[in-house]
Amino acid sequence: MKRTAIKRKEKYQELDGVLEKYKGRKGVLIKALSEAQEMYGFLSREVLIHIACELDVPLSEVTSVVSFYSLFKTEPSGRCHIEICSGTACYVKGMQDLLETLEEEINIKPGEVTGDGRFGLSTVNCVGACSAAPVVKIGDELIGDVDSKRLKQLLGKYGHD
Amino acid sequence: MINLTIDRQQVSVEKGTPVLEAARKIGIDIPTLCYLKDLNAPAACRVCIVQVEGRPAFEASCVLPAEEGMVVHTNTPAVLAARKQVLELFLSDHPFECLTCERNLNCELQRLAKRYGIRDLPVEGERNHYPIDHVSPSVVREPDKCIRCRRCVSVCENYISANIYRMMDRSFQAVVGPAYNGSLMESPCIYCGQCITVCPTSALREQDSTARVFEALANPELHVVVQTAPSIRSSIAEEFGLPVGTPVEGQMVAALRRLGFDRVFDDCVAADICVIEEATEFMERLKKGGPFPQFTSCCPSWVLFCEKFYPQFVANLSEVKSPQQIFGALVKTYYAKRAGIDPAKIFVVSVMPCVSKKYELLRPEMKASGCQDIDAEISTREFVRMLFQAGLDIRKLPREEFDSPLGSASGAGVIFGSTGGVLEATLRTVYEWAGEKPLKRLEFEEVRSLEYKEAVIHAGPHELRVAVARGTGAARRLMDQVLAGKKRYHFVEVMACPGGCVGGGGQPIYIETNDWNEQVSHRTRRAGGLYQLDREREYRKAHENPVILKLYEEYLGRPGGPRAHKLFHSGHVSRKLYADEPLLKKERDLVRR
Ligand code: SF4
Ligand code: SF4
Ligand code: FES
Repeated sequence: MKRTAIKRKEKYQELDGVLEKYKGRKGVLIKALSEAQEMYGFLSREVLIHIACELDVPLSEVTSVVSFYSLFKTEPSGRCHIEICSGTACYVKGMQDLLETLEEEINIKPGEVTGDGRFGLSTVNCVGACSAAPVVKIGDELIGDVDSKRLKQLLGKYGHD
Repeated sequence: MINLTIDRQQVSVEKGTPVLEAARKIGIDIPTLCYLKDLNAPAACRVCIVQVEGRPAFEASCVLPAEEGMVVHTNTPAVLAARKQVLELFLSDHPFECLTCERNLNCELQRLAKRYGIRDLPVEGERNHYPIDHVSPSVVREPDKCIRCRRCVSVCENYISANIYRMMDRSFQAVVGPAYNGSLMESPCIYCGQCITVCPTSALREQDSTARVFEALANPELHVVVQTAPSIRSSIAEEFGLPVGTPVEGQMVAALRRLGFDRVFDDCVAADICVIEEATEFMERLKKGGPFPQFTSCCPSWVLFCEKFYPQFVANLSEVKSPQQIFGALVKTYYAKRAGIDPAKIFVVSVMPCVSKKYELLRPEMKASGCQDIDAEISTREFVRMLFQAGLDIRKLPREEFDSPLGSASGAGVIFGSTGGVLEATLRTVYEWAGEKPLKRLEFEEVRSLEYKEAVIHAGPHELRVAVARGTGAARRLMDQVLAGKKRYHFVEVMACPGGCVGGGGQPIYIETNDWNEQVSHRTRRAGGLYQLDREREYRKAHENPVILKLYEEYLGRPGGPRAHKLFHSGHVSRKLYADEPLLKKERDLVRR
């Protein structure tokens, strides 16, 4: 075995524990990917190569699946992830203002992570809470009727790790 | 049998036949873009739509099984209008570069645009833009020209078994490409170029080396030498309107001279040497008891496949280089010395049916002469383009002879271009070295379930099990059998491409048919020309070719000896499947012309 492969093996011992139960089985790729994402927060190239090699699935297949489902992330997200709903109702009720606020306050655009790694930001297509528009999801918490002022308060609240 | 009505005509077909094929049977040609019979039917493009009475929507006829009593209309004004609309949608997301496109007048999309009289585009849609992948030495990928037919996905998965392409991303951004829509260089691509030959557009094409060759020809400082691979002499004919597989060896030589090459040599001579060296290696393995099977190593795509996907077999690969590289090493040493020319002033061009050879010549071990042994490679397609530009018509040229000393090959060297040819050529020699009478034509038995063929021959005291795998997919199945202990072989020939080099990734494109098996038999017809030349040869065995015997006597010493070893042998390495890091965008831009 090549030295790099050995190093990779050591590094991903924990992941291998998960992959072990999927080896040689069909239709398990999505499950394996979800578990890996839970473990590392996102799916790096290295992790995907490791999964491809261990499960004997072409990397093209792996990245095809990853790029198809929006639930998979290939970039590190901030320690605290903010999602702003961009569904029609939220759009009408001013989600654009919220994006502007975030840009002014913590200098971040959708798809980015703040320099200190504290916040990550993305938009999401309708979370299904239109009556409370505009809706923001921070971490696991769904918060409705958010305006710029409220958002700044929330940044303060979630600002310390 | 199933009876149905297509455009008011009755037709009976076997159960399971798609409506598209049923229509074809009665002379109705329904257009297609994605469909390639027996290889690819993802129902992705929808230009093949037809109307079936009693059904609410138009249906894709390439995947619609004929049913008893079905009434189909393929050319009503509504169907034609819908088809036109499908084409317009494709064109609205396609760069309009037909005049400067490599596939100009040879593109399936362009042909359909003409056939359906598309004159302007009512829809001015958004367009996708992706960087061109110019990084790999062999294959260029321009995703903007991709129509997402997925033929490349199918051929690379099912035939080549390298699984490079998949659908990336979704909805409008969806694109067919390697992992991360990155470069082929970061993927385990083996540069066989089969994806190029099935792509309906110019989204996939070869790295064009014709400019470099023209430049060298124009440089008075350089002594430009060309070698032609076995299969070229039978595959250029069709590009000039001659029947497929017509051997035009002499005319090809004449054309090369008129292009300005200083010496026109035959790669088959190098193939003869390859036979002798491989046979010597095989005899040694027989003595030592292995490792078996000995795999041929003249196909660089296959070698790369083994190095990447089956590193455990790397020691089984023959150490002998491919004829292209043997030839390069020989020209820049033996020939340079004989002709009194500084090897640094010799520019060696090879004409090959292949795009993988562009990669092979760059491998670091291919510098046996002290400098890069081969300077440039052009594929059959590029060669034909050069002939067109120079106004040289094969049909109107006289027959000329190759230059000596590297010009007369045995029949064994010629059949290298066809599947099974390398094995047969090598066995002709092994057989006699093992003390037998001359070998008759080999009879193989198909191992149908695994799609390769095998034979048992008795040579002296040895019972030799040999096999030929057509395509790396078949090689994968063969190796899995060997690993599982279910099969044992002594000698195995593998070529990555269907039909061997006659079906190489650099050969003329098969635009006239959308039937994979028909494409494969087209390739095999080219091999017919090679076997004809073999029969006409004075010497049919490499070890009887006087040119070769003299070469060994005068210069090389004994087969497998120190000099032969230095020039013609190389090791193989196991390689990583995936690049750890994506190639930087900057690097990619640098390589881009
Ligand atoms: S060149 Fe061969 S291996 Fe590479 S992507 Fe094309 S078909 Fe697959
Ligand atoms: S690259 Fe060519 S063969 Fe592959 S999907 Fe695109 S158009 Fe089809
Ligand atoms: S959908 Fe039938 S040819 Fe593409």
